[in-house]
Amino acid sequence: MATVAGTLARPANVGVWSWITTVDHKRIGVLYGITAFTFLLWGGIQALLIRTQLAVPNGTVIDAERFNQLFTMHALTMIFLAVMPLGAAFFNFLTPLMIGARDVAFPRLNALSYWVYLGGGLILTSSFFWDAPSAGWFNYVPLSGQTYTSDLGIDFYVVGLLTLGTSSLMAALNFTVTIINMRAPGLTMMRLPVFVWMTLIISFLLVLALPPLTVGLIQLLFDRNFDTHFFVPEAGGDPILWQHLFWVFGHPEVYILILPAMGIVSEVLPVFARKPLFGYPAVVFAGVAIAFLGWAVWSHHMFTTGMGTVPRTVFATNTMIIAVPTGIKIFNWIGTLYGGSIRFTTAMLFSIAFIVTFTIGGISGVMHASPPIDGQHQDSYFVVAHIHYVLFGGAVMGIFSGIYFWFPKMTGRFLSEGLGKLHFWLMFIGMNMTFFPMHFLGLAGMPRRIYTYDQGLDWGFWNMFATIGSYVIGISIIVFVINFFRSMRQPKTAPNNPWDAATLEWATTSPPPEHDFDVVPTVRARDPLWYDRDHGIEAPEPTGEHIHMPPPSYYPILMASGVALLGIGVLSHLALTALGAVVIIYSIWGWALEPTD
Amino acid sequence: MRATRLGLTSLRGRRLLPLLALVLLVALLVACDAPQSTTEIAGNNNDKLWEPYRVVLVLAAIVFVLVLVLTLGFSIWFRERPGRPARQIHGNTRLEVIWTLIPVAIVAMIAIPTFDALFKIDKDPPADAMKIEAIGHQWWFEFRYLDDKGETVLTTANELHLPEGKPVTIALRSVDVIHSFWVPAISGKVDMIPGHDNNISFTATKARPEPYLGQCAELCGLSHANMRFRVFVQAPADFDNWMSDQKKDSTSATGDLASEGEQLFAQSACIGCHTVRGTSAQGKVGPDLTHVGSRTTVAAGTLENNAQNLARWIRNSADVKPGSKMPPQGASAGGTLTDDQIAAIAAYLLSLR
Repeated sequence: MATVAGTLARPANVGVWSWITTVDHKRIGVLYGITAFTFLLWGGIQALLIRTQLAVPNGTVIDAERFNQLFTMHALTMIFLAVMPLGAAFFNFLTPLMIGARDVAFPRLNALSYWVYLGGGLILTSSFFWDAPSAGWFNYVPLSGQTYTSDLGIDFYVVGLLTLGTSSLMAALNFTVTIINMRAPGLTMMRLPVFVWMTLIISFLLVLALPPLTVGLIQLLFDRNFDTHFFVPEAGGDPILWQHLFWVFGHPEVYILILPAMGIVSEVLPVFARKPLFGYPAVVFAGVAIAFLGWAVWSHHMFTTGMGTVPRTVFATNTMIIAVPTGIKIFNWIGTLYGGSIRFTTAMLFSIAFIVTFTIGGISGVMHASPPIDGQHQDSYFVVAHIHYVLFGGAVMGIFSGIYFWFPKMTGRFLSEGLGKLHFWLMFIGMNMTFFPMHFLGLAGMPRRIYTYDQGLDWGFWNMFATIGSYVIGISIIVFVINFFRSMRQPKTAPNNPWDAATLEWATTSPPPEHDFDVVPTVRARDPLWYDRDHGIEAPEPTGEHIHMPPPSYYPILMASGVALLGIGVLSHLALTALGAVVIIYSIWGWALEPTD
Repeated sequence: MRATRLGLTSLRGRRLLPLLALVLLVALLVACDAPQSTTEIAGNNNDKLWEPYRVVLVLAAIVFVLVLVLTLGFSIWFRERPGRPARQIHGNTRLEVIWTLIPVAIVAMIAIPTFDALFKIDKDPPADAMKIEAIGHQWWFEFRYLDDKGETVLTTANELHLPEGKPVTIALRSVDVIHSFWVPAISGKVDMIPGHDNNISFTATKARPEPYLGQCAELCGLSHANMRFRVFVQAPADFDNWMSDQKKDSTSATGDLASEGEQLFAQSACIGCHTVRGTSAQGKVGPDLTHVGSRTTVAAGTLENNAQNLARWIRNSADVKPGSKMPPQGASAGGTLTDDQIAAIAAYLLSLR
C-alpha cells in the first residue's frame, strides 16, 4: 500500500532496527525483561550501598543527602522500573501464547508502552546526574513541596512517575482487550491459565489505580511550579490529601506487584508436581477478591496520622479480611503439592520457597493491620521487613521461578540447573539473612529511613547480619548472570514442551515463530496439553496458508520520544515540552495513516 | 496470656517443639533490652497494645509453622519416585471450605483484642490530665507545659519530663514538615502534621533515673535520623521539684569564663533565635536555652551535653546534624566567633542549670 505523503514507510525487519521498530509481543517482552533486569541490578547496587552504610553504627560511607536519595531511588527503581516491568515482560511474552493468539490486540500500542517505560525509566534514573528525589517513594508533602525540597529531585519524581504511569495504563488497556477478545476457540474464562487471570486482574487494577496517583502528581507539580496550594496547610491545603491519593494508588500497587508472581507460581507448581492446580476456581476468585478488597484498605498506611477510631476500625477490618483470600491461595498451593510426583527443578525450588517466604510477609501484614500494633510498626524496620518479604520473598522469588521455567520457551535454551540451584540457595539464604533480622530491629525501635544510628541503641549486630545477607543476595545474582550468559552461548536444543507442561505456550516451538502458532489451537479442557496427551489428540497439521502479521513501525518509538520530551521540558525548558507535543501530534497522524503492510 | 496457653495446648508432639523453639527464639532475640525497644513496657498504651500483640505473635507462629511443615513435608514426601504417579486431584470442596474458615477464625481472634485495645488507647484523657504541647521542628522537638487554660507555663526542648502514674495528653504540632512522636516503651506513635490538631494521651507507668528514648518516626528531611528525644519519668515529687526549678528564670553566670560567655552570648547572633528567660535573649526560632545546662544531651539527643560537644555544635552545627538550620558560628566555618569565644559561650550555657 502506498505511503501517504509526509508519513514514514514501514521499516525493514532486519538488524537492530528490527528491535527498535518491532511490534511483536515476544520481542517487546524480551525488551521489557532485559531493561527491567538491568534496572533490577542498578536498584540492587543502591540497596547494597544502603546496607553498607548501615552495617555499623555511625557509618560514614554515605552522607545523609545521598542516603536519602538512595533509599528513595531504590524503592522507585525496584517498584516502577524492575518488578512491575518484569511482570510486564512475562505477560507480554506469554499472554498471547497462553491464550492461543498471534499477538496482542494493539501491537503498536504495546511497543509504545515499552518505549514510554524506557523513557520514564531513563528520566527518573538520570536524576542522579542532577538531584535525585529524596523524600521517600511515597514522597509526603510538605517535605516534597517547594519550600522544603527546592531542588529538581521531586520534579524528576513527578515527571518520571507520570511518564511511567502512561506506559502502564496503555499496557493495561491493551491486555484487558487482548485477554477478553482474543482467546482461542474453547478457551473459556474458567479455563484461562491462572497467570493470564492475574494479568487481567492487574490490568483492571492499573486502569483504576493510576488516575488518583496522576491527580496527586499533577497537583504536586502545580504546587511546586505554579504556586497552587493543594497541599500547603498555611494556604488552606492539606498534606493528608496527598497521602490519601498516594495510598489509594499505593495499596493496589502492591497487588499489581505480587499478583503476577502468584500467577507464575500457580503455573509452575502444577507442572512440577505433575497434577492440576488444586482448587482452580478458588485460586482465581481469591485473586479477584484480593484485588477487590485492595481498594478498601489504603488508609492502613495512615493509621498514625490521627485518623478517628471508627475509620481505623473499618480499615483494620477490611485489611484483616484480605488474609482470608490470601490464606486460600496458600493452602491451594500446598494442596497442589499433596499427592504429586514432585521434580525439584530450580523453577520449582523458587516456587516452593515462595510459598513460605510470602507467607511470612502475609503474616506480618496481618500484624500491622491491627492499628494499636501498627502504632509500633509504622515507619519502623518491621515494615521494611514486611514489604521485602512480600516483594522479594513474594514477587522476586516468583519472577525467578518464572525465568527458569519459561527460559527454554523464550530462548530455545536451558539455564544450567546446577548454577540455578546454587543461585536459588544463595538467594534464599541471603534474603532471609537480610530481611528476617529487620523484624527484630523494628521491634527494637529502629525507624526506617535513618542514615545513621548510635552505638548505644544495640542495633549494630542485626544490621551487620542483614548487610552480610545482602551481599549473599548480590553473589546469588552474579551466579544468575553467569548462568544467563553461559546459556546464551549454548545451542538451541529446547523441544516444544520440555517440562511436560499443560498450557498452550508449550504447544508451539521454543522459541515460538513470529506468528506464534501455525494453526490456532483448539482448547478442550483447563489443562489443554495434558488433555490432548491423555486423549491421544495430535496437533493439527499446518495448512501452509499465509499468516499476516503486523509489520514493524517507527511510530511507537517516535511517539514515546515525544512523551519523554514533554517531561524533559518540564524539567528544563518548556520549549522542549512544546516540541514533544508537536512530535506526539505528528506521530498520531502518521500512526493513523500508516499502511497495514 | 490465655491465648498463649490455648495456642500451645492445641498442638502436640512433634509440632510443639519447633513452635516452642520459634517462640523462644523470637522472645529471646526481641526481648533483648535494646534501649529503644518496643518490648519494654513503661506506659499504659504500650501495655494495652501488647494484649493483641501477644495473641498475634502466637497465631503467627502457629500459622508459619503449619505452612512450613506442610510445604516442606509434602515436598519431601511427594517427591518423584518410580512407580508412584501423581494423583490427579482437582480440588476438594470440604477442605477448601475448611481452609477458608480457618483464616476467618484467626482474623476474628485478632480483631477482637485489637478493637478492645484500640478503643481503650483512643479513650479521651481524664479532665485533670496534664497538658503538654509537642512541636516538631526540622530537626528537634519543642515541649511546652500548659496550664488548665492552655497557657504555656514552661518551654523546653528535646527532653520531656513526666510524672509517674499521671495521665498526660500531648497536643502534637509541627511548624514545617510531618514528624512523628514515638517513645516505643510508652506508646505507639502519632504523627505531627502541619495544619492538623493531633493528640496522644497516655500514662507513663515506670519511674527510673535513665531516660526512655524516643525518635522522630516520619521522614522529615536530611537529619531525620538525628531527630531524637528523651523522656524522663520521675516520681511525682521529683517531677514537681524539676518543674519548679525549670520555671525559674536564669541567674547571672559565675566564674570568669562563663561570665565572658554570658556577655558574648548577649552580643552575638544567638539571641536572635534563642530565649534565655531573665535576659535580653528572647528569640523564638530555636530551642529555649533557659536551663540548657540541666539537659543531658545537645543537638536533639545526638550528643552528650558537655563543653566540648556544645562548642562543636556552636562552631558548625551542620557538622553534627546535616542540614541544621542553625548557621555556623565558628570563624573556621564562616561565622564570626573564635574558638576561645565559643568555649566561653559553651561554659555559659552549661552554667544555665
